[in-house]
Amino acid sequence: MIELAGLTKRYGERTAVDGLTFSVRPGRVTGFLGPNGAGKSTTMRMILGLDHPTGGSVRIDGMPYERLPEPLTAIGALLEARAVHPGRTAHDHLLCLAQSNGIPLRRIDEVLELVGLTAVARKRPKSFSLGMGQRLGIASAMLGDPRILMFDEPVNGLDPEGIHWVRQLMKQLAADGRTVFVSSHLMSEMALTADHLVVIGRGRLLADTSMARFIEENAHTFVRVCTPEPERMRDVLAAAGLPVREGEDCLEVPGSQAPRIGELAAEHGLVLHELTLRRASLEEAFMRLTRGAVEYQAHAAEHGPQAQGG
Amino acid sequence: MDTTTAGRVLRSEWTKITSVRSTVWTLAAAVVVTVALGMLISLLIRNTFDELSTADRITFDPTLTSFAGTSLGQLAMIAFGILVVSGEYSTGLIRASLSAVPRRGLLMAAKLTVATALALAVGTATSFLAFFGGQAMLGDHRTTLGEPGVLRAVFGGGLYMGLIALFAMGATWMLRSPMLSFGVLMPFFFLVSSILANVPATEKLGRYLPDQAGQRVMSVVEADDRPYGPWGGLGIMALWVIAALLGGYLLLKKRDA
Repeated sequence: MIELAGLTKRYGERTAVDGLTFSVRPGRVTGFLGPNGAGKSTTMRMILGLDHPTGGSVRIDGMPYERLPEPLTAIGALLEARAVHPGRTAHDHLLCLAQSNGIPLRRIDEVLELVGLTAVARKRPKSFSLGMGQRLGIASAMLGDPRILMFDEPVNGLDPEGIHWVRQLMKQLAADGRTVFVSSHLMSEMALTADHLVVIGRGRLLADTSMARFIEENAHTFVRVCTPEPERMRDVLAAAGLPVREGEDCLEVPGSQAPRIGELAAEHGLVLHELTLRRASLEEAFMRLTRGAVEYQAHAAEHGPQAQGG
Repeated sequence: MDTTTAGRVLRSEWTKITSVRSTVWTLAAAVVVTVALGMLISLLIRNTFDELSTADRITFDPTLTSFAGTSLGQLAMIAFGILVVSGEYSTGLIRASLSAVPRRGLLMAAKLTVATALALAVGTATSFLAFFGGQAMLGDHRTTLGEPGVLRAVFGGGLYMGLIALFAMGATWMLRSPMLSFGVLMPFFFLVSSILANVPATEKLGRYLPDQAGQRVMSVVEADDRPYGPWGGLGIMALWVIAALLGGYLLLKKRDA
Protein backbone atom coordinates (compact mmCIF):
# COMPACT_ATOMS: atom_id res chain seq x y z
CA MET A 1 0.00 0.00 0.00
CA ILE A 2 1.14 3.52 -0.80
CA GLU A 3 -0.11 6.28 1.49
CA LEU A 4 0.24 9.96 0.71
CA ALA A 5 -0.49 12.51 3.42
CA GLY A 6 -0.63 16.18 2.50
CA LEU A 7 2.11 15.66 -0.07
CA THR A 8 3.21 19.01 -1.44
CA LYS A 9 5.93 20.12 -3.82
CA ARG A 10 6.72 23.71 -4.63
CA TYR A 11 9.26 25.01 -7.11
CA GLY A 12 9.69 28.60 -6.03
CA GLU A 13 6.33 30.25 -6.62
CA ARG A 14 4.83 27.38 -8.54
CA THR A 15 3.03 24.64 -6.65
CA ALA A 16 3.40 21.42 -8.63
CA VAL A 17 1.78 19.11 -6.09
CA ASP A 18 -0.65 20.59 -3.65
CA GLY A 19 -1.54 18.72 -0.48
CA LEU A 20 -2.27 15.32 -2.00
CA THR A 21 -3.78 12.82 0.40
CA PHE A 22 -4.85 9.42 -0.86
CA SER A 23 -3.99 5.73 -0.56
CA VAL A 24 -3.23 3.20 -3.24
CA ARG A 25 -4.53 -0.17 -2.13
CA PRO A 26 -3.57 -3.70 -3.09
CA GLY A 27 -5.58 -6.01 -5.30
CA ARG A 28 -6.63 -3.49 -7.89
CA VAL A 29 -5.23 -1.28 -10.60
CA THR A 30 -5.32 2.32 -9.47
CA GLY A 31 -5.20 4.75 -12.35
CA PHE A 32 -3.45 8.04 -11.70
CA LEU A 33 -4.96 10.46 -14.13
CA GLY A 34 -4.34 14.07 -14.92
CA PRO A 35 -3.52 16.29 -17.85
CA ASN A 36 0.12 16.76 -18.80
CA GLY A 37 1.81 18.89 -16.19
CA ALA A 38 -0.72 18.04 -13.47
CA GLY A 39 2.03 16.76 -11.18
CA LYS A 40 1.77 13.00 -11.74
CA SER A 41 5.44 12.35 -12.39
CA THR A 42 6.52 14.67 -9.59
CA THR A 43 4.23 12.77 -7.22
CA MET A 44 5.66 9.44 -8.35
CA ARG A 45 9.22 10.68 -7.91
CA MET A 46 8.37 11.80 -4.38
CA ILE A 47 6.89 8.38 -3.64
CA LEU A 48 10.30 6.91 -4.50
CA GLY A 49 12.16 9.48 -2.43
CA LEU A 50 13.83 10.91 -5.54
CA ASP A 51 12.33 14.38 -5.15
CA HIS A 52 12.13 15.91 -1.72
CA PRO A 53 8.59 17.00 -0.75
CA THR A 54 8.12 20.58 0.42
CA GLY A 55 5.54 19.25 2.82
CA GLY A 56 3.67 16.10 3.76
CA SER A 57 4.86 12.53 3.59
CA VAL A 58 4.68 9.26 1.71
CA ARG A 59 4.69 5.80 3.24
CA ILE A 60 5.33 2.53 1.47
CA ASP A 61 3.81 -0.30 3.49
CA GLY A 62 3.99 2.01 6.47
CA MET A 63 7.60 3.12 5.97
CA PRO A 64 9.32 6.03 4.31
CA TYR A 65 11.06 4.88 1.12
CA GLU A 66 14.56 5.57 2.46
CA ARG A 67 13.96 3.16 5.31
CA LEU A 68 13.04 0.18 3.14
CA PRO A 69 15.87 -2.33 3.60
CA GLU A 70 15.62 -3.76 0.08
CA PRO A 71 13.41 -1.27 -1.72
CA LEU A 72 13.28 -3.09 -5.06
CA THR A 73 11.68 -6.09 -3.37
CA ALA A 74 8.97 -3.87 -1.86
CA ILE A 75 8.14 -1.55 -4.73
CA GLY A 76 9.15 -1.62 -8.38
CA ALA A 77 8.79 1.42 -10.56
CA LEU A 78 8.94 2.36 -14.19
CA LEU A 79 9.55 6.08 -14.34
CA GLU A 80 11.04 6.62 -17.77
CA ALA A 81 11.97 4.24 -20.51
CA ARG A 82 15.48 5.53 -20.96
CA ALA A 83 16.73 5.20 -17.39
CA VAL A 84 19.51 2.88 -18.55
CA HIS A 85 23.10 3.42 -19.57
CA PRO A 86 23.13 3.15 -23.38
CA GLY A 87 26.35 1.17 -23.25
CA ARG A 88 25.39 -1.40 -20.60
CA THR A 89 23.62 -4.52 -21.82
CA ALA A 90 20.07 -5.25 -20.70
CA HIS A 91 21.34 -8.22 -18.71
CA ASP A 92 24.08 -6.23 -16.97
CA HIS A 93 21.69 -3.38 -16.21
CA LEU A 94 19.43 -5.81 -14.37
CA LEU A 95 22.46 -7.47 -12.78
CA CYS A 96 23.54 -4.17 -11.16
CA LEU A 97 20.05 -3.65 -9.76
CA ALA A 98 19.74 -7.25 -8.55
CA GLN A 99 23.12 -7.17 -6.80
CA SER A 100 22.35 -3.94 -5.00
CA ASN A 101 19.22 -5.42 -3.41
CA GLY A 102 20.32 -9.00 -2.89
CA ILE A 103 17.84 -10.27 -5.46
CA PRO A 104 18.48 -13.85 -6.69
CA LEU A 105 20.20 -13.63 -10.08
CA ARG A 106 17.83 -16.13 -11.69
CA ARG A 107 15.24 -13.33 -11.60
CA ILE A 108 17.19 -11.55 -14.35
CA ASP A 109 16.43 -14.23 -16.93
CA GLU A 110 12.88 -14.59 -15.60
CA VAL A 111 11.98 -10.93 -16.06
CA LEU A 112 13.75 -10.73 -19.42
CA GLU A 113 11.63 -13.68 -20.50
CA LEU A 114 8.51 -12.06 -19.07
CA VAL A 115 8.96 -8.85 -21.06
CA GLY A 116 10.17 -10.66 -24.16
CA LEU A 117 13.72 -9.31 -24.26
CA THR A 118 15.58 -12.60 -23.86
CA ALA A 119 16.91 -12.43 -27.40
CA VAL A 120 18.49 -9.01 -26.85
CA ALA A 121 19.68 -9.60 -23.27
CA ARG A 122 23.32 -9.18 -24.31
CA LYS A 123 22.66 -6.17 -26.53
CA ARG A 124 23.38 -2.60 -25.54
CA PRO A 125 20.22 -0.49 -25.13
CA LYS A 126 21.47 2.29 -27.42
CA SER A 127 20.13 0.18 -30.28
CA PHE A 128 16.77 -0.38 -28.56
CA SER A 129 13.51 1.10 -29.82
CA LEU A 130 11.39 3.16 -27.44
CA GLY A 131 9.15 0.14 -26.91
CA MET A 132 12.08 -2.13 -26.06
CA GLY A 133 13.37 0.49 -23.62
CA GLN A 134 9.92 0.53 -22.04
CA ARG A 135 9.99 -3.25 -21.73
CA LEU A 136 13.40 -3.13 -20.09
CA GLY A 137 12.02 -0.54 -17.66
CA ILE A 138 9.14 -2.87 -16.82
CA ALA A 139 11.61 -5.74 -16.37
CA SER A 140 13.56 -3.57 -13.90
CA ALA A 141 10.36 -2.83 -11.98
CA MET A 142 9.47 -6.53 -11.80
CA LEU A 143 12.98 -7.68 -10.89
CA GLY A 144 12.53 -7.79 -7.11
CA ASP A 145 9.11 -9.46 -7.38
CA PRO A 146 7.67 -6.52 -5.41
CA ARG A 147 4.21 -6.33 -3.88
CA ILE A 148 3.78 -2.77 -5.16
CA LEU A 149 4.26 -1.68 -8.75
CA MET A 150 4.22 1.83 -10.08
CA PHE A 151 4.24 2.67 -13.77
CA ASP A 152 4.50 6.17 -15.20
CA GLU A 153 2.82 6.25 -18.61
CA PRO A 154 3.76 2.62 -19.35
CA VAL A 155 2.20 2.36 -22.81
CA ASN A 156 4.18 5.29 -24.22
CA GLY A 157 6.02 4.17 -27.30
CA LEU A 158 4.56 0.69 -27.34
CA ASP A 159 2.98 -0.86 -30.42
CA PRO A 160 -0.64 -2.07 -30.18
CA GLU A 161 0.49 -5.55 -29.21
CA GLY A 162 2.73 -4.10 -26.51
CA ILE A 163 -0.09 -1.92 -25.21
CA HIS A 164 -2.37 -4.94 -24.96
CA TRP A 165 0.38 -6.84 -23.16
CA VAL A 166 0.93 -4.07 -20.61
CA ARG A 167 -2.80 -3.87 -19.88
CA GLN A 168 -2.99 -7.61 -19.31
CA LEU A 169 0.13 -7.51 -17.16
CA MET A 170 -1.26 -4.81 -14.91
CA LYS A 171 -4.56 -6.63 -14.49
CA GLN A 172 -2.73 -9.85 -13.73
CA LEU A 173 -0.52 -8.15 -11.14
CA ALA A 174 -3.56 -6.70 -9.42
CA ALA A 175 -5.31 -10.06 -9.55
CA ASP A 176 -2.26 -11.52 -7.74
CA GLY A 177 -3.13 -9.17 -4.90
CA ARG A 178 -0.42 -6.63 -5.68
CA THR A 179 -0.75 -2.88 -5.50
CA VAL A 180 -0.66 -1.44 -9.00
CA PHE A 181 -0.42 2.31 -9.48
CA VAL A 182 -0.31 3.50 -13.05
CA SER A 183 -0.34 7.00 -14.45
CA SER A 184 -1.75 8.21 -17.72
CA HIS A 185 -2.98 11.39 -19.27
CA LEU A 186 -5.51 9.43 -21.34
CA MET A 187 -8.86 8.63 -19.78
CA SER A 188 -9.56 6.07 -22.49
CA GLU A 189 -6.46 4.14 -21.45
CA MET A 190 -7.51 4.14 -17.81
CA ALA A 191 -11.05 3.08 -18.67
CA LEU A 192 -9.61 -0.15 -20.04
CA THR A 193 -7.34 -1.04 -17.15
CA ALA A 194 -8.09 0.77 -13.94
CA ASP A 195 -10.43 -0.41 -11.20
CA HIS A 196 -9.92 2.70 -9.18
CA LEU A 197 -9.21 6.23 -10.21
CA VAL A 198 -7.24 9.06 -8.67
CA VAL A 199 -7.59 12.23 -10.70
CA ILE A 200 -5.41 15.29 -10.16
CA GLY A 201 -5.30 18.66 -11.86
CA ARG A 202 -2.74 21.35 -11.14
CA GLY A 203 -1.37 19.23 -8.36
CA ARG A 204 -4.68 19.01 -6.51
CA LEU A 205 -6.77 15.95 -5.86
CA LEU A 206 -9.95 16.14 -7.94
CA ALA A 207 -11.34 12.65 -7.54
CA ASP A 208 -10.55 9.46 -5.68
CA THR A 209 -13.24 7.03 -6.74
CA SER A 210 -13.89 3.62 -8.21
CA MET A 211 -13.89 3.40 -11.98
CA ALA A 212 -17.44 2.00 -11.95
CA ARG A 213 -18.71 4.94 -9.99
CA PHE A 214 -16.87 7.40 -12.16
CA ILE A 215 -18.48 5.92 -15.26
CA GLU A 216 -21.89 5.86 -13.64
CA GLU A 217 -21.63 9.50 -12.68
CA ASN A 218 -20.07 10.80 -15.81
CA ALA A 219 -20.95 8.64 -18.77
CA HIS A 220 -24.37 10.22 -19.43
CA THR A 221 -26.24 9.43 -22.58
CA PHE A 222 -28.38 12.03 -24.25
CA VAL A 223 -30.18 12.62 -27.49
CA ARG A 224 -29.07 15.46 -29.71
CA VAL A 225 -32.03 17.14 -31.36
CA CYS A 226 -31.47 19.69 -34.12
CA THR A 227 -34.41 21.53 -35.61
CA PRO A 228 -35.05 24.90 -37.29
CA GLU A 229 -37.79 25.51 -34.66
CA PRO A 230 -36.08 24.91 -31.33
CA GLU A 231 -38.62 26.94 -29.35
CA ARG A 232 -41.58 24.85 -30.49
CA MET A 233 -39.60 21.65 -30.06
CA ARG A 234 -38.74 22.62 -26.53
CA ASP A 235 -42.41 23.12 -25.71
CA VAL A 236 -43.39 19.81 -27.27
CA LEU A 237 -40.74 17.93 -25.36
CA ALA A 238 -41.60 19.68 -22.13
CA ALA A 239 -45.26 18.85 -22.59
CA ALA A 240 -44.27 15.19 -23.02
CA GLY A 241 -42.41 15.35 -19.74
CA LEU A 242 -38.91 15.13 -21.23
CA PRO A 243 -36.19 17.30 -19.71
CA VAL A 244 -34.49 19.53 -22.25
CA ARG A 245 -31.23 21.39 -22.03
CA GLU A 246 -29.46 23.75 -24.39
CA GLY A 247 -26.58 22.08 -26.16
CA GLU A 248 -23.85 23.87 -28.06
CA ASP A 249 -25.96 24.46 -31.16
CA CYS A 250 -28.86 22.06 -30.74
CA LEU A 251 -31.06 20.79 -27.97
CA GLU A 252 -30.04 17.89 -25.76
CA VAL A 253 -32.37 15.47 -24.06
CA PRO A 254 -30.81 13.34 -21.32
CA GLY A 255 -31.56 9.66 -21.68
CA SER A 256 -31.85 7.51 -24.76
CA GLN A 257 -35.36 8.28 -25.94
CA ALA A 258 -34.51 8.99 -29.57
CA PRO A 259 -37.50 7.02 -31.07
CA ARG A 260 -39.98 8.76 -28.78
CA ILE A 261 -38.60 12.20 -29.73
CA GLY A 262 -38.81 11.33 -33.42
CA GLU A 263 -42.42 10.29 -33.02
CA LEU A 264 -43.26 13.49 -31.12
CA ALA A 265 -41.68 15.58 -33.87
CA ALA A 266 -43.70 13.78 -36.55
CA GLU A 267 -46.88 14.19 -34.56
CA HIS A 268 -46.37 17.95 -34.33
CA GLY A 269 -45.07 18.36 -37.86
CA LEU A 270 -41.64 19.53 -36.69
CA VAL A 271 -38.71 19.38 -39.09
CA LEU A 272 -35.72 17.47 -37.73
CA HIS A 273 -32.22 18.05 -39.07
CA GLU A 274 -30.59 15.69 -36.68
CA LEU A 275 -31.63 13.18 -34.08
CA THR A 276 -28.76 11.23 -32.57
CA LEU A 277 -28.14 9.20 -29.51
CA ARG A 278 -24.92 10.38 -27.88
CA ARG A 279 -22.80 9.19 -25.02
CA ALA A 280 -20.65 11.69 -23.15
CA SER A 281 -17.23 10.07 -23.33
CA LEU A 282 -15.19 9.54 -20.20
CA GLU A 283 -12.60 11.70 -21.89
CA GLU A 284 -15.06 14.60 -21.86
CA ALA A 285 -16.01 13.89 -18.27
CA PHE A 286 -12.33 13.93 -17.38
CA MET A 287 -11.79 17.18 -19.24
CA ARG A 288 -14.76 18.74 -17.49
CA LEU A 289 -13.33 17.66 -14.18
CA THR A 290 -9.85 19.03 -14.80
CA ARG A 291 -11.14 22.19 -16.47
CA GLY A 292 -12.97 22.81 -13.21
CA ALA A 293 -9.66 22.78 -11.37
CA VAL A 294 -8.25 25.36 -13.71
CA GLU A 295 -11.32 27.57 -13.30
CA TYR A 296 -11.17 27.21 -9.57
CA GLN A 297 -7.59 28.45 -9.60
CA ALA A 298 -8.39 31.40 -11.86
CA HIS A 299 -11.35 32.24 -9.67
CA ALA A 300 -9.27 32.05 -6.50
CA ALA A 301 -6.73 34.39 -8.02
CA GLU A 302 -9.36 37.10 -8.42
CA HIS A 303 -9.69 37.35 -4.67
CA GLY A 304 -6.14 38.40 -4.00
CA PRO A 305 -3.13 36.19 -3.50
CA GLN A 306 -3.91 32.53 -3.70
CA ALA A 307 -3.62 30.54 -0.52
CA GLN A 308 -0.63 28.24 -0.90
CA GLY A 309 -0.25 24.73 0.49
CA GLY A 310 -2.86 22.58 2.09
CA MET B 1 22.92 -6.12 8.05
CA ASP B 2 24.60 -2.82 7.30
CA THR B 3 27.80 -4.45 6.11
CA THR B 4 25.67 -6.71 3.92
CA THR B 5 24.02 -3.69 2.37
CA ALA B 6 27.36 -1.95 1.83
CA GLY B 7 28.83 -5.10 0.31
CA ARG B 8 25.90 -5.46 -2.08
CA VAL B 9 26.11 -1.86 -3.21
CA LEU B 10 29.87 -2.15 -3.73
CA ARG B 11 29.37 -5.25 -5.85
CA SER B 12 26.65 -3.56 -7.85
CA GLU B 13 28.90 -0.56 -8.49
CA TRP B 14 31.73 -2.85 -9.52
CA THR B 15 29.42 -4.46 -12.08
CA LYS B 16 28.33 -1.00 -13.26
CA ILE B 17 31.89 0.16 -13.84
CA THR B 18 33.12 -2.99 -15.51
CA SER B 19 30.10 -3.53 -17.74
CA VAL B 20 30.57 -0.48 -19.94
CA ARG B 21 33.29 -0.09 -22.50
CA SER B 22 33.95 3.60 -21.94
CA THR B 23 35.53 3.08 -18.52
CA VAL B 24 37.81 0.35 -19.80
CA TRP B 25 38.85 2.48 -22.77
CA THR B 26 39.57 5.61 -20.79
CA LEU B 27 41.70 3.69 -18.29
CA ALA B 28 43.59 1.98 -21.13
CA ALA B 29 44.12 5.38 -22.75
CA ALA B 30 45.51 6.76 -19.50
CA VAL B 31 48.13 3.99 -19.41
CA VAL B 32 49.10 4.16 -23.07
CA VAL B 33 49.26 7.93 -23.36
CA THR B 34 51.17 8.48 -20.11
CA VAL B 35 53.71 5.75 -20.76
CA ALA B 36 54.21 6.33 -24.49
CA LEU B 37 54.47 10.10 -24.25
CA GLY B 38 56.82 9.81 -21.26
CA MET B 39 59.07 7.45 -23.19
CA LEU B 40 59.03 9.66 -26.26
CA ILE B 41 59.95 12.80 -24.34
CA SER B 42 62.63 10.90 -22.41
CA LEU B 43 64.12 9.77 -25.70
CA LEU B 44 64.05 13.32 -27.07
CA ILE B 45 65.75 14.67 -23.96
CA ARG B 46 68.45 12.01 -24.12
CA ASN B 47 69.22 12.91 -27.74
CA THR B 48 69.35 16.63 -27.02
CA PHE B 49 70.82 16.50 -23.52
CA ASP B 50 74.09 18.11 -24.58
CA GLU B 51 72.22 21.10 -25.93
CA LEU B 52 70.64 21.85 -22.56
CA SER B 53 71.90 24.82 -20.54
CA THR B 54 74.16 24.10 -17.59
CA ALA B 55 71.43 25.10 -15.18
CA ASP B 56 68.99 22.70 -16.83
CA ARG B 57 71.55 19.93 -16.72
CA ILE B 58 72.23 20.47 -13.02
CA THR B 59 68.54 20.39 -12.13
CA PHE B 60 67.74 17.58 -14.57
CA ASP B 61 65.19 15.26 -13.00
CA PRO B 62 65.13 11.89 -14.76
CA THR B 63 62.18 10.69 -12.65
CA LEU B 64 60.01 13.66 -13.46
CA THR B 65 61.03 13.45 -17.11
CA SER B 66 59.67 9.94 -17.38
CA PHE B 67 56.33 11.29 -16.08
CA ALA B 68 56.15 13.92 -18.82
CA GLY B 69 53.19 12.06 -20.32
CA THR B 70 51.09 12.71 -17.22
CA SER B 71 49.89 16.11 -18.41
CA LEU B 72 48.09 14.40 -21.29
CA GLY B 73 47.47 10.99 -19.71
CA GLN B 74 45.69 12.59 -16.77
CA LEU B 75 43.03 13.85 -19.16
CA ALA B 76 42.04 10.22 -19.78
CA MET B 77 41.86 9.71 -16.01
CA ILE B 78 39.67 12.80 -15.73
CA ALA B 79 37.49 11.45 -18.53
CA PHE B 80 37.19 8.20 -16.57
CA GLY B 81 36.04 10.10 -13.48
CA ILE B 82 33.55 12.15 -15.48
CA LEU B 83 32.10 9.13 -17.28
CA VAL B 84 31.71 7.06 -14.12
CA VAL B 85 29.50 9.72 -12.53
CA SER B 86 27.85 11.39 -15.53
CA GLY B 87 26.79 7.98 -16.84
CA GLU B 88 24.17 8.13 -14.08
CA TYR B 89 22.93 11.53 -15.15
CA SER B 90 23.04 11.54 -18.94
CA THR B 91 20.08 9.17 -19.17
CA GLY B 92 18.17 9.39 -15.92
CA LEU B 93 19.77 6.18 -14.70
CA ILE B 94 20.37 7.93 -11.37
CA ARG B 95 16.66 7.50 -10.65
CA ALA B 96 16.91 3.75 -11.05
CA SER B 97 20.09 3.73 -8.97
CA LEU B 98 18.59 5.79 -6.15
CA SER B 99 15.41 3.71 -6.21
CA ALA B 100 17.61 0.68 -5.60
CA VAL B 101 19.86 2.44 -3.07
CA PRO B 102 17.88 5.31 -1.53
CA ARG B 103 20.67 6.18 0.90
CA ARG B 104 22.45 8.67 -1.30
CA GLY B 105 25.63 8.85 0.74
CA LEU B 106 25.97 5.08 0.52
CA LEU B 107 25.48 5.06 -3.23
CA MET B 108 28.05 7.82 -3.69
CA ALA B 109 30.57 6.24 -1.32
CA ALA B 110 30.29 2.86 -3.04
CA LYS B 111 30.76 4.35 -6.50
CA LEU B 112 33.72 6.46 -5.37
CA THR B 113 35.33 3.51 -3.60
CA VAL B 114 35.13 1.22 -6.59
CA ALA B 115 36.16 3.83 -9.15
CA THR B 116 39.00 5.19 -7.03
CA ALA B 117 40.36 1.74 -6.28
CA LEU B 118 40.40 1.07 -10.00
CA ALA B 119 41.98 4.43 -10.80
CA LEU B 120 44.63 3.94 -8.10
CA ALA B 121 45.50 0.45 -9.32
CA VAL B 122 45.72 1.55 -12.94
CA GLY B 123 47.46 4.78 -11.93
CA THR B 124 50.13 2.97 -9.94
CA ALA B 125 50.74 0.48 -12.73
CA THR B 126 50.96 3.40 -15.16
CA SER B 127 53.40 5.15 -12.89
CA PHE B 128 55.77 2.20 -12.70
CA LEU B 129 55.52 1.52 -16.42
CA ALA B 130 56.16 5.17 -17.22
CA PHE B 131 59.14 5.22 -14.87
CA PHE B 132 60.81 2.10 -16.21
CA GLY B 133 59.95 2.95 -19.80
CA GLY B 134 61.26 6.48 -19.41
CA GLN B 135 64.47 5.40 -17.70
CA ALA B 136 65.10 2.86 -20.43
CA MET B 137 64.92 5.69 -22.96
CA LEU B 138 67.13 8.05 -20.95
CA GLY B 139 70.17 5.80 -21.23
CA ASP B 140 73.12 7.28 -19.34
CA HIS B 141 70.97 9.92 -17.70
CA ARG B 142 68.67 7.44 -16.03
CA THR B 143 68.05 6.96 -12.35
CA THR B 144 66.90 3.95 -10.33
CA LEU B 145 64.21 3.19 -7.77
CA GLY B 146 66.92 2.95 -5.14
CA GLU B 147 67.91 6.61 -5.40
CA PRO B 148 66.51 8.88 -2.65
CA GLY B 149 63.01 10.14 -3.34
CA VAL B 150 62.50 8.09 -6.49
CA LEU B 151 60.26 5.38 -5.06
CA ARG B 152 58.18 8.09 -3.38
CA ALA B 153 57.83 9.88 -6.70
CA VAL B 154 56.75 6.73 -8.53
CA PHE B 155 54.16 5.76 -5.94
CA GLY B 156 53.17 9.42 -5.76
CA GLY B 157 52.51 9.34 -9.50
CA GLY B 158 49.97 6.56 -8.92
CA LEU B 159 48.34 8.46 -6.07
CA TYR B 160 48.19 11.55 -8.27
CA MET B 161 46.27 9.63 -10.94
CA GLY B 162 43.83 8.30 -8.35
CA LEU B 163 43.30 11.76 -6.85
CA ILE B 164 42.77 13.48 -10.19
CA ALA B 165 40.09 10.90 -11.08
CA LEU B 166 38.49 11.40 -7.67
CA PHE B 167 38.51 15.17 -8.14
CA ALA B 168 36.79 14.75 -11.50
CA MET B 169 34.15 12.53 -9.88
CA GLY B 170 33.42 15.08 -7.15
CA ALA B 171 33.20 17.92 -9.67
CA THR B 172 30.96 15.88 -11.99
CA TRP B 173 28.65 15.10 -9.11
CA MET B 174 28.12 18.83 -8.84
CA LEU B 175 27.87 19.48 -12.58
CA ARG B 176 25.99 16.23 -13.45
CA SER B 177 25.87 16.70 -17.22
CA PRO B 178 28.65 14.97 -19.16
CA MET B 179 28.88 17.83 -21.67
CA LEU B 180 29.22 20.40 -18.92
CA SER B 181 31.75 18.33 -16.98
CA PHE B 182 33.95 17.73 -20.01
CA GLY B 183 33.56 21.36 -21.03
CA VAL B 184 34.72 22.62 -17.64
CA LEU B 185 37.31 20.07 -16.52
CA MET B 186 39.13 19.30 -19.76
CA PRO B 187 40.08 22.86 -20.74
CA PHE B 188 40.91 23.61 -17.13
CA PHE B 189 43.42 20.82 -16.70
CA PHE B 190 44.71 20.93 -20.26
CA LEU B 191 45.26 24.67 -20.54
CA VAL B 192 43.97 27.01 -17.88
CA SER B 193 45.79 25.51 -14.91
CA SER B 194 49.22 25.44 -16.58
CA ILE B 195 48.75 28.96 -17.92
CA LEU B 196 47.85 30.24 -14.46
CA ALA B 197 50.84 28.46 -12.95
CA ASN B 198 53.29 29.85 -15.51
CA VAL B 199 52.14 33.42 -16.08
CA PRO B 200 54.10 35.61 -13.62
CA ALA B 201 51.01 37.52 -12.49
CA THR B 202 49.16 34.40 -11.33
CA GLU B 203 52.09 32.12 -10.73
CA LYS B 204 51.94 32.22 -6.94
CA LEU B 205 48.25 31.32 -6.85
CA GLY B 206 48.48 28.92 -9.77
CA ARG B 207 50.82 26.70 -7.83
CA TYR B 208 48.02 25.92 -5.43
CA LEU B 209 45.75 24.50 -8.11
CA PRO B 210 45.09 20.79 -7.62
CA ASP B 211 47.15 19.45 -10.52
CA GLN B 212 50.01 21.92 -10.13
CA ALA B 213 50.37 21.15 -6.43
CA GLY B 214 49.81 17.42 -6.81
CA GLN B 215 52.41 16.94 -9.56
CA ARG B 216 55.09 18.10 -7.17
CA VAL B 217 55.06 14.60 -5.69
CA MET B 218 56.50 13.22 -8.93
CA SER B 219 59.64 15.34 -8.90
CA VAL B 220 62.81 14.32 -7.11
CA VAL B 221 64.96 17.36 -7.85
CA GLU B 222 63.62 20.64 -6.52
CA ALA B 223 63.71 22.93 -9.54
CA ASP B 224 61.89 25.97 -8.22
CA ASP B 225 61.14 27.68 -4.94
CA ARG B 226 57.75 26.17 -4.23
CA PRO B 227 56.50 26.78 -0.71
CA TYR B 228 55.54 23.12 -0.25
CA GLY B 229 57.29 19.77 -0.53
CA PRO B 230 56.16 16.67 -2.44
CA TRP B 231 53.74 15.47 0.22
CA GLY B 232 52.64 19.01 0.99
CA GLY B 233 51.75 19.40 -2.67
CA LEU B 234 49.80 16.15 -2.69
CA GLY B 235 48.13 17.31 0.53
CA ILE B 236 46.99 20.52 -1.17
CA MET B 237 45.58 18.45 -3.99
CA ALA B 238 43.84 16.20 -1.47
CA LEU B 239 42.17 19.28 0.04
CA TRP B 240 40.82 20.19 -3.40
CA VAL B 241 39.54 16.65 -3.78
CA ILE B 242 37.83 16.74 -0.39
CA ALA B 243 36.21 20.07 -1.27
CA ALA B 244 34.94 18.71 -4.60
CA LEU B 245 33.58 15.56 -2.95
CA LEU B 246 31.94 17.51 -0.16
CA GLY B 247 30.28 19.81 -2.69
CA GLY B 248 29.14 16.80 -4.69
CA TYR B 249 27.78 15.06 -1.61
CA LEU B 250 25.88 18.08 -0.32
CA LEU B 251 24.29 18.72 -3.71
CA LEU B 252 23.43 15.05 -4.13
CA LYS B 253 21.70 15.08 -0.74
CA LYS B 254 19.89 18.33 -1.31
CA ARG B 255 18.84 18.19 -4.95
CA ASP B 256 15.97 16.33 -6.48
CA ALA B 257 17.29 13.42 -8.47
